[in-house]
Amino acid sequence: MKSWNKNFKSNCITYGIVIAAFLAVSALESTGNLSSLLKGLLVPLCVYVILAVSLNLVVGISGELSLGHAGFMCVGAFASAFFSKAALGAIPNDGLRFFLAILIGAAFAAVFGVLIGIPVLRLRGDYLAIVTLAFGEIIKNVINTFYIGMDSKGFHFSMKDQFSMGMEPTGTMLLSGPQGITGIPKNSTFFIGILLVLVTLFIVLNLIDSRDGRAIKAIRDNRIAAESVGINITKYKLMAFTVSAALAGVAGALYSHNLATLQASKFNFNTSILALVFVVLGGIGNIRGSVIAAVVLTALPELLRSLSDYRMLIYSIVLIAMMLFNWAPRALEWRERYLGRFFKKSVKEGK
Amino acid sequence: MKKLIRFASIACASAMLFSTTAFAEGETFKIGSIGPMTGAAATYGNAVMNAIQLAVDEVNEAGGVNGAMLEFNPQDDENDAEKSVNAYNTLKDWGMQMLLGTVTSAPCIAVSAEAANDNMFLLTPSGSAVECIAAGDNAFRVCFSDPDQGTASAKYIGENKLAEKVAVIYDSSDVYSAGIYATFQAEAANQPFEIVAAEAFTADSKTDFSVQLQKAKDAGADLVYMPIYYNEASLILTQADAMGFAPKWFGVDGMDGILTVEGFDTALAEGLMLLTPFSADAQDDLTKNFVTKYEELYGEEPIQFAADAYDGVYIIKAALEKAGATPDMDASALCDALKAAMTEITVDGLTGAGMTWDETREPSKEPKAVVIQDGVYVGM
Repeated sequence: MKSWNKNFKSNCITYGIVIAAFLAVSALESTGNLSSLLKGLLVPLCVYVILAVSLNLVVGISGELSLGHAGFMCVGAFASAFFSKAALGAIPNDGLRFFLAILIGAAFAAVFGVLIGIPVLRLRGDYLAIVTLAFGEIIKNVINTFYIGMDSKGFHFSMKDQFSMGMEPTGTMLLSGPQGITGIPKNSTFFIGILLVLVTLFIVLNLIDSRDGRAIKAIRDNRIAAESVGINITKYKLMAFTVSAALAGVAGALYSHNLATLQASKFNFNTSILALVFVVLGGIGNIRGSVIAAVVLTALPELLRSLSDYRMLIYSIVLIAMMLFNWAPRALEWRERYLGRFFKKSVKEGK
Repeated sequence: MKKLIRFASIACASAMLFSTTAFAEGETFKIGSIGPMTGAAATYGNAVMNAIQLAVDEVNEAGGVNGAMLEFNPQDDENDAEKSVNAYNTLKDWGMQMLLGTVTSAPCIAVSAEAANDNMFLLTPSGSAVECIAAGDNAFRVCFSDPDQGTASAKYIGENKLAEKVAVIYDSSDVYSAGIYATFQAEAANQPFEIVAAEAFTADSKTDFSVQLQKAKDAGADLVYMPIYYNEASLILTQADAMGFAPKWFGVDGMDGILTVEGFDTALAEGLMLLTPFSADAQDDLTKNFVTKYEELYGEEPIQFAADAYDGVYIIKAALEKAGATPDMDASALCDALKAAMTEITVDGLTGAGMTWDETREPSKEPKAVVIQDGVYVGM
């Protein structure tokens, strides 16, 4: 009962931070104190928060190192953008269409999560990391070869170029290979982004604290012991992996509806690593840490723009400093001794 | 956390304010530009930023525009659409009135959608994809669009009977290259030659072209069309030479610069034909002046991107003068004035004489075909 209370309190703080941030930003916006840069950053911040939280579910809670998270984001982004563009005429209501697009993005990413998860989760440790890494690259390259167009007769499809489809001249290209999708309606707003962040947090935090979540953590901590008490390892691993993939798909949908253009090349190895950096620097298994790390590390390089040439240098120094602060044994000791007095509770809960 | 960001942003914003406010508000025209200054496409972004700075300094030395100075702020986007939009918002906070960018196509599409919403005047020096200026009537272009280049190349090859069997090697992951190829292929249907092989490569595999060349050779191509950038083209020429394949070669404006590739035997480029609006070896005063100054300041020969950007500044200057604009106008009012003025001006620039714009917002200028003879470009 006591532990439940502690978790509940900790979760409430996490929700509270997000809601407080939303209220603060709304207040700033209504008084006109929000710069264009920050306004433009709001939706990407939500995207990366969702991405980091969803990856933390796999890396932190399920204990599997996944290096292909951008691949799921890519699936979600393309599926939802494709739907939005194809249904632009059929569903004129922006809100409804975007809602369906998000669901479709999440569903497609989840399907891929299951498909990839079944074979991949039989591997462990480094091998899993290598295969997920390959998966991210494969998804990117597969999407690069697709050409899909739409005219009055329906959809046309090719894997060579847009001329071999025999489309009517009035038809529109929906997806043109490496050039991706352009002209996606800009439906993402900060409000929707925050809602999705809250939904993501709700799903992930509740999963962690549930019976299933305890089973997942048991597998992480001791696979053999978990197996011996009758926990179905494949089932629970696949559950964490699929939920994580679906949420990455949601992040992808939010991302693709924020920019007018979408290319698969964006979802490369670097994006996967970026998500992993958020998780590691925020604290593996610490959901609130992921939220904070994603916000800080996404906003920082943009806010440092005035330093022009030095901004990437400073960004990397901040990365190193954060890593030392969060992981170095001496730093932990120091934190425990000095900061512990002030933040006793939060430090403990963070662990 | 948000509070911290807020403080950080206020600190940064004020730092920016102090560092860049050499002039008081409303006394200068503020021109922003966005391009990749780091990362794989940095060559293009840096060339554009250097050339804009050069042109802005020239204009200011000569007394500015309508009595007001120009102020220039370059921002890095790493060739990423998302970062490009962030850069655009940063420039808006700075008080940008006109955007001379974005340099590369994919980020330009994202930024032009934002600019159309804000009614911000946008002139892209080198974003060649059709969609770059499609979002609103506020966007204009300095360079040729991709379809123009593809069509012009196909017509040129057909009308001059350069070949009967043409092979194409293009970069399918690049909007620029794939866009040119698409219209080249469409126009080729009307021309007296046939495309016997169309081989693609992607950014991930652009070092070994033996497969593509072998297919072109087997298909009996007597001309190879390369709508790609010069770095890959230099590799293709070297590898073709090694396998004894010697067709005619034909390139587009991205080929400009092939003679300066380090370690490339320029003898292999003999007879290479290309369509380009700019060549650094041209003998007119404007080009000579530009090339000399650019080499002096930055220690390298300017590429076509630089020339487009340099022209961009003078196009903005001409439009501002035509519109009788003053620096105290806000971005939206200035955009309306410039939109009208753009269709009325004629600009003689490095990349074409007598450039004009109509309601399509594309430049009308003639591509020049040049051929490489004895290591220099010669007009055809």
